[in-house]
Amino acid sequence: MSQQAQTLVDKVWDRHIVSEQPDRPSMIYIDLHLIHEVTSPQAFAALEERGLKLRQPERTVATMDHSTPTDPRRLEVLDGQSRKQLDLLRRNCEKYGVTLYGLGHNRNGIVHVIGPELGLTQPGMTIVCGDSHTSTHGAFGALAFGIGTTEVSHVLATQCLLQHRPKSFEVRVDGELPEGVGAKDIALAIIAEIGTDGGTGHVFEFRGSAIEALSMEGRMTLCNMSIEAGARAGLVAPDEKTFAYLEGRDFAPKGAAWQAAVADWRSLSTDEGATFSRSLTLDASKLAPMITFGTNPGMGQAIDKDLPRPEDLGSDQAAAELQKALDYMGLESGKALLGHPVDVVFIGSCTNSRISDLREAAEIFKGRQVAEGVRTLVVPGSQDIKRQAEAEGLDAVFRAAGAEWREPGCSMCIAMNGDQLSPGQYAVSTSNRNFEGRQGRGGRTFLASPRTAAAAAIKGCVTDPRTVKAG
Amino acid sequence: MEALKSLTAQALVVHRDNIDTDQIIPARFLKVTDKAGLGDALFADWRYAEDGTPKADFVLNQPWAKGRKILVAGQNFGSGSSREHAPWALLGYGFRAVLARSFADIFRNNALKNGVLPVALGEAEHGKVLAALAANRDEALTVDLEACAVSLGGERIASFEVDAFARHCLLNGLDQLGYLLHFEADIARYEAERSQRAY
Repeated sequence: MSQQAQTLVDKVWDRHIVSEQPDRPSMIYIDLHLIHEVTSPQAFAALEERGLKLRQPERTVATMDHSTPTDPRRLEVLDGQSRKQLDLLRRNCEKYGVTLYGLGHNRNGIVHVIGPELGLTQPGMTIVCGDSHTSTHGAFGALAFGIGTTEVSHVLATQCLLQHRPKSFEVRVDGELPEGVGAKDIALAIIAEIGTDGGTGHVFEFRGSAIEALSMEGRMTLCNMSIEAGARAGLVAPDEKTFAYLEGRDFAPKGAAWQAAVADWRSLSTDEGATFSRSLTLDASKLAPMITFGTNPGMGQAIDKDLPRPEDLGSDQAAAELQKALDYMGLESGKALLGHPVDVVFIGSCTNSRISDLREAAEIFKGRQVAEGVRTLVVPGSQDIKRQAEAEGLDAVFRAAGAEWREPGCSMCIAMNGDQLSPGQYAVSTSNRNFEGRQGRGGRTFLASPRTAAAAAIKGCVTDPRTVKAG
Repeated sequence: MEALKSLTAQALVVHRDNIDTDQIIPARFLKVTDKAGLGDALFADWRYAEDGTPKADFVLNQPWAKGRKILVAGQNFGSGSSREHAPWALLGYGFRAVLARSFADIFRNNALKNGVLPVALGEAEHGKVLAALAANRDEALTVDLEACAVSLGGERIASFEVDAFARHCLLNGLDQLGYLLHFEADIARYEAERSQRAY
């Protein structure tokens, strides 16, 4: 194996094989396990039932994010069921010796934001979490994927998982992105191209000059959305940007260990001549700001295009699916989406709540006002980001524009914490899913970049961000 | 996990592609701390009006739909989140098998670990099932995990693939944790080697 040219995915995979048996999936070792309040209770219960211990408590790290209120009053507005989940996570962490960055902790935040921020996420690692957007951590050259609660219990008890080696899918993006187009637009363009199941059974490796040019935040946004194309994971080979991001962070190796780590991490790239199961190539220079119009992330297109027509689609089933989506969204085929009124703008989530996302949005908000009747929420991904944004005065920009500056959490991306759309409302959202009811029952979501979301907030309608200059 | 060898049962059809986990069970039902009782939340937003009354036009609410154990759907069933509440809700309602054109990866894994069998069918075979159920909604299907085959009226109409180990576990009602624990020595050896690393 080692003689052959290998993909990055295979290199990371091979480092983690604990045991291989005939007719069985491989048993692979998990370096980092992240947990949160919603998908861990039943896993701890499974341990309890069998009287098992946590094998490696220091390899599991917990946060509270999914159901935590972003209202500054936090605990006062917490509902009973959520409180019970948070209390249970706290008790489980105490009992099993797991470090918890819980509600009220000064490093608390969304699980996929704080992992990299704390330097827990490192190149070459295997990282899992009971959350599909674990793919985010692939930005560091880690093999990171979401798992169910049963598998959470497997990792707690054995630090291992039974998995089949994934197939590699090369996503090459070369060229220079036009002004006003960013990582979120690349992600939405890829999903529009291959569909929400285009990556099933595969792991994406994002490569090419446009990927190299992305910041770590941009790479996280891109890898985060891998799951929306059906790929459980997506990764980018680590480079100088990766090392510069990690150096000095709390859990990053220090001193001689840092030197050794970087030397090792430099070997983590796909060898020349290695073959991928599939490949897709995109020209970054041809991309435009993207927006979704339907009820899955694959139903997206350039923001200035007219809505597709069911009658133009190849199959009856596809036409029926599109019509259902347009009906749910209250949109008419063939019409423009630009200028469509918006009720809510949400800037946040594990996809787009990092400091660069907030800076991008603030550029648009600066010196302007949110349009009348539009509710705008800006939800930083973590306490660290909140502090950084406040140090830069971004919170003041948002507040002066009439937007709400909230406490960190998943918030309106999953709408479990009270931040949600009312039936029929339209939102431009920087989150990752536009499924029916995702942001509140009956709510209708247009997914887009922070820049596009901010432009919609100030204009009160779907707006091409290229027509709104930085304030 | 309850074993599943062969299941002969009536089916329900929700013929949509990309049925995501937010439709299977909306996020507001994820605030529980156990697995029980989620059957009532299955397809909640399609099944109930906002005031909680059942919607007359949704298939799960038809009087004849009670007790059906096989769900038939379209392509990419279970896309979206990793919530295991999705198979818990399907199982809670009584479904033991989902027949679809294809499945999302995480859902497939989660379903198999909970005794819900995902059966991916080719276009022609899927079409046969739909046609048979359109002609007679009470037609019973047999999903035979030992033979990896689907039959209609005693006639085998499709074969399907399942991961060999998941099949073994489902046939015997085993969960995988017991198997993993059996490799304690290998894990310890791996960890010992790992601790030699310079960082």
